[in-house]
Amino acid sequence: MEIAFFIITALLTIGAAVAMVLSHNAVHSALWLVLNFFGVAVLYLLLNAPFLAMVQITVYAGAIMVLFLFVIMLLGSEQGQEEVNGLPWQTPVALVMGLLLVVMAGYALFFPGTPVPTTQTPNEIGAPDILARKLFSTYLLPFEITSVLLLVALIGAVVLTMKSREGDRV
Amino acid sequence: MNIWVRLITLLFVSLILFLATTTAFAYLTLFERRILARLQNRVGPNRAGPGGFFQPLADALKLFFKEEITPAQADKAVYTIAPALAMIPAIVLFAVIPFGAYLDLSFLLGEAARYVPIQLADVNVGVLFLLAVTSIGVYGVTLGGWSSNNKYSMLGGIRAAAQMVSYELALGLSILVAIMLTTTPTTQEAANASLCSLMFGQQPVAEISALSTCRIVESQGGWWNIFKPTGLLAFGIFWLASTAEVVRAPFDLVEAEQELVGGFNTEYSSMKFALFFMAEYIKLIAISAIGVVLFLGGWRGPGVDLLYSLGYPNVAGLVSLGYFLLKLIAFLFFSIWVRATLPRFKYNQLMDLGWKRLLPISLGLVAVTAVFAVVTQDMNPYIAGLFGGFRR
Amino acid sequence: MVPTEYYVLLSTVLFTIGVIGVLTRRSALVVFMSVELMLNSANLALVAFSRQWNHVDGQILTFFVITVAAAEVAVGLALLVGIFRTRRTTNVDEVNTMRG
Repeated sequence: MEIAFFIITALLTIGAAVAMVLSHNAVHSALWLVLNFFGVAVLYLLLNAPFLAMVQITVYAGAIMVLFLFVIMLLGSEQGQEEVNGLPWQTPVALVMGLLLVVMAGYALFFPGTPVPTTQTPNEIGAPDILARKLFSTYLLPFEITSVLLLVALIGAVVLTMKSREGDRV
Repeated sequence: MNIWVRLITLLFVSLILFLATTTAFAYLTLFERRILARLQNRVGPNRAGPGGFFQPLADALKLFFKEEITPAQADKAVYTIAPALAMIPAIVLFAVIPFGAYLDLSFLLGEAARYVPIQLADVNVGVLFLLAVTSIGVYGVTLGGWSSNNKYSMLGGIRAAAQMVSYELALGLSILVAIMLTTTPTTQEAANASLCSLMFGQQPVAEISALSTCRIVESQGGWWNIFKPTGLLAFGIFWLASTAEVVRAPFDLVEAEQELVGGFNTEYSSMKFALFFMAEYIKLIAISAIGVVLFLGGWRGPGVDLLYSLGYPNVAGLVSLGYFLLKLIAFLFFSIWVRATLPRFKYNQLMDLGWKRLLPISLGLVAVTAVFAVVTQDMNPYIAGLFGGFRR
Repeated sequence: MVPTEYYVLLSTVLFTIGVIGVLTRRSALVVFMSVELMLNSANLALVAFSRQWNHVDGQILTFFVITVAAAEVAVGLALLVGIFRTRRTTNVDEVNTMRG
């Protein structure tokens, strides 16, 4: 039951990712990516991480991708100058290398040198309170640093998109 | 219980909820038109049936038989799914809303149905779920505007994206205040099994997350959150931000008729238009219900606890449902009243309000709530409850 | 319970699709989306390992990655808007001079 559910979600996720890369319209790409994020959120639920699943949807689907759509629509660049490809030989090389990576990873995963210990009793490690306790004790410093990072990003984005006024030296 | 039986029960309850929501939508439109008319010294629709009772039916029938037109240059696929993308998040929001306490159906369905919650599901990330689903509600409007290939629609769509993302911050922070006011169960509460743990499996009370919507309502047994000083301010912010989030007047710039023809739904007709229309109203009901749950004490009201302790669980359950609906209608009435009273904001005013007023105020409020909660935690329980003092 | 290996394999596949997207597409927006896909696949692996070891650290790291991704997108899209203003293009091949 669970494995069937996993396989369906996984196929959906992969399909959405492939469609994202293949779409010629940037808005369609963005939508496929949103579907992919939803698939990953469902997988987080399967992995006992409900908090992350919700964060994934709120931040990725609800904020980041909306920002993408906003910029695409603002620039009116959904079709793009896509056909001008300066490096035509890159595509087949990328495909071959990608396939190689998957095969190697698959080999390494399913023929491991040393067996990996597995926990048969997964407990509620993904519950919000457990995560919060850890986040605000052990990982307090990184947490504060991310807040600074967000502030820097905020200021950076404002500065980058600010129209220089008359008399400004930029 | 067998997993399939559970699944079918859930599907059945979902279906009931779906039908209830769509009916509520239909009559909300009538309610709104009648109230608006009254506020503007008109009569309002009163011809179809007694007092206009069948007006929603007539409207639906009319929309069904309208010709459906797709603009030639529209992005067909996106144009078609956009109304559904608007509708689905609006409906899904109802999954975690506690409409009432519980019913006792053991005389009908056996011992397993002694505590049947009037709520579809309670998850330990309930409030986050609400935020997540609200945040994806923007897609329908934005994509509808973009895919129509009409500059007015497109402007509406762009406005929607910017507006909803901006106001989500203030909305999230005001909800955070409500969560901070949700106290952890006391040892005494833990000893008497809490309602939430009775209704949704026997998890220990101490482990019920403060993000669970059921727990939030339960903890408002003393003071409702709106009666707490910080809660009242947070409620004000929540109301403004949620009105902007569901793009209702006075924040309805997305479909400003005077400047954008009709906004994002200009090119939509027939059932696709009806879906957008429905989504808008259902989102309004949903966000009002969230407000009732978070700030107005949900299903709580005088007499519910008494009826439970006297041993009339079914009467008490129905009374609690009645309280919830009463508060919901009051909330909706207020929203309609504001729509009839206030003119539309300008776009720069909207952005100023969101980013320069609501966001700093709500950030400050979160800090103040936290300080109060720590300072008052060892005081008199009534004062501690008033400021959401948490207990260790 | 689905074995962790499956999740990691899925994560690898998604990562590879992201890499291929970055290498083959010329629109800066789609390249950017592919980067997001790669970050996301890394997150999936982290959460899977977090369950494997029954330890919450992987999930915390994922939380940080999501935060960093949000910051990155804000700056990256601002850059894109800036480039589009001066060059009227989002094609990564045409943005090849150091002067604006």
